[in-house]
Amino acid sequence: MLYREAGQYKSTYRGDQAIFPIAQDRFGLFVLLAVAFVAVPLVANEYWLRSILVPFLVYSLAALGLNILTGYAGQVSLGSAGFMAVGAFAAYNLAIRLDLPFYVYLPLAGLITAAVGIVFGLPSLRIKGFYLVVTTLAAHFFIEWIFTKVPWFTNYTPSGVISAPTMVLAGIVLDSPMERYLVTLVIVALLTLAAKNMVRSAIGRAWMAVRDMDVAAEIIGIPMLKTKLLAFAISSFYLGIAGALWAFVYLGAVDAQAFDLARAFQILFMIIIGGLGSILGSFLGAGFIVLLPIAITNLAALFGGAIHANTLANLEHVVFGSLIVIFLIVEPYGLARLWQIGKEKLRLWPFPH
Amino acid sequence: MTSSGRVIGDVLLQVDNISLSFGGVRALTDVSFDIRQHEIGAIIGPNGAGKSSMLNCINGFYHPQAGTITYKGMARKQMRPHEAAAQGVARTFQNIALFKGMTVLDNIMTGRLLKMRQNFFMQALYWGPAQREEIKHREHVERIIDFLEIQAIRKMPAGRLPYGLQKRVELGRALAAEPDLLLLDEPMAGMNVEEKEDMCRFILDVNDEFGTTIVLIEHDMGVVMDISDRVVVLDYGRKIADGKPDDVRSDQRVIDAYLGVSH
Repeated sequence: MLYREAGQYKSTYRGDQAIFPIAQDRFGLFVLLAVAFVAVPLVANEYWLRSILVPFLVYSLAALGLNILTGYAGQVSLGSAGFMAVGAFAAYNLAIRLDLPFYVYLPLAGLITAAVGIVFGLPSLRIKGFYLVVTTLAAHFFIEWIFTKVPWFTNYTPSGVISAPTMVLAGIVLDSPMERYLVTLVIVALLTLAAKNMVRSAIGRAWMAVRDMDVAAEIIGIPMLKTKLLAFAISSFYLGIAGALWAFVYLGAVDAQAFDLARAFQILFMIIIGGLGSILGSFLGAGFIVLLPIAITNLAALFGGAIHANTLANLEHVVFGSLIVIFLIVEPYGLARLWQIGKEKLRLWPFPH
Repeated sequence: MTSSGRVIGDVLLQVDNISLSFGGVRALTDVSFDIRQHEIGAIIGPNGAGKSSMLNCINGFYHPQAGTITYKGMARKQMRPHEAAAQGVARTFQNIALFKGMTVLDNIMTGRLLKMRQNFFMQALYWGPAQREEIKHREHVERIIDFLEIQAIRKMPAGRLPYGLQKRVELGRALAAEPDLLLLDEPMAGMNVEEKEDMCRFILDVNDEFGTTIVLIEHDMGVVMDISDRVVVLDYGRKIADGKPDDVRSDQRVIDAYLGVSH
């Protein structure tokens, strides 16, 4: 009834190829953006902005980056945390050594990460599947090692911790939680739009062709070298920006341990739970992983402290692990697929005949 | 059967003394034939005769150890498949090689990739030229969708389609590249009579309307004898006959290859 597309005819290919061809989707997106940009800053308190929304957005961006590489181009990678570290350390060095403003050093850090991603993406031309996972794992350990062992990257701070340079935009220092939230939101929104545009254009089709059947892709004339390396570069660009935001907008000060292998697995779980090869899935997966521990803690609080904190921490792992297993069995295509099924059902509701 | 008004042109593809072996297995030995412009040529032979290997050599997937392939007057020996594609060679596969996770529309759009010029940055912006380019190619793809009568399934994921339709979509993807030479590897395998008739009609129409030169591999002799202008017969990697369908049909060596000889 509410979600019915009958009568919405498309008479041009331009109309049919719009991002959201259905009017209700456009309206929904408009409401979502209005909530994110207007309502949330008005309503949300500091805790929500600082501890939930900002990490959610940064995780979404990282998941989006990995989804481009793994979900769309089919190259499974465990290097995501490593590339985030490259982004963070590149941004730090650009900021303190060259004294650049954040709207310059952030994209530059992304470009540096993209270059690093291309180097570590080179093996993908020869190997695939599990063997590629192992080479990206090697990339992860190499990056972690170099940022721990070479003091130049941390500007010779004895602890190995890099701390956030101040972010100034048009003379205003951005340091309140709300300002930081809005900066992150703008960056994530723009990069999401770019990602959506890429995956519905020729480059996105080339990635999916490589993912679904690389031999056929090569025979219809898709150059493997360019397509795979572009996927690595763009994915790393997104991860680099996410890493810089993680370090300087969310945490404030980090060392290389903030980007350990657990982080890489976390991002991989996000895209598996959210949906491989789906932009929406990146956000749903990130939301799931950020919100679930909080939901469990709050549920436990209902029992009035009857559950010991240590038990709670273990309980979190148990619930989390079992949910992932259940998800993989029940809906291997992730939350994004559930959303799609829901929309299909809604088209007929409430008259399913 | 030869369509009216169709003129067979000069030699488009010349295969000279091709030999290909994998380790000790000789897949092709000293095979030579040619295909002329606008022609429908068929390669037939018993299983394992080297038919698919021959196609793989033509589109650069295998590199023969000896011999030359001359295409559009240029001799070539080592070539990557995407270079062959850039020169106007398209093909379909014996086991369907569609991109199963993508819609029919996207599958056929991938056939246009070589003709798209915008870089990824413009595509990320989806602005001006990038959008116009997408729409221009969409129009072309829609003509192919009309031609193949698959309008109703254009937004379906290719992996969920029945076999016959998948074969048709694969033909559409090959056609989207506007090839000069179209290689079809068993386009009618596993189809029922009606689907085979549809596919024959498409092949003849492609040849007639677009002037595409076609090389096909097929096991259905009725189809081969009906639609092809010339037939090359391979057996154990050697060419045993080459000529008009009627001549080949009565060739004693071809009959022996198919039916066996008593020793």
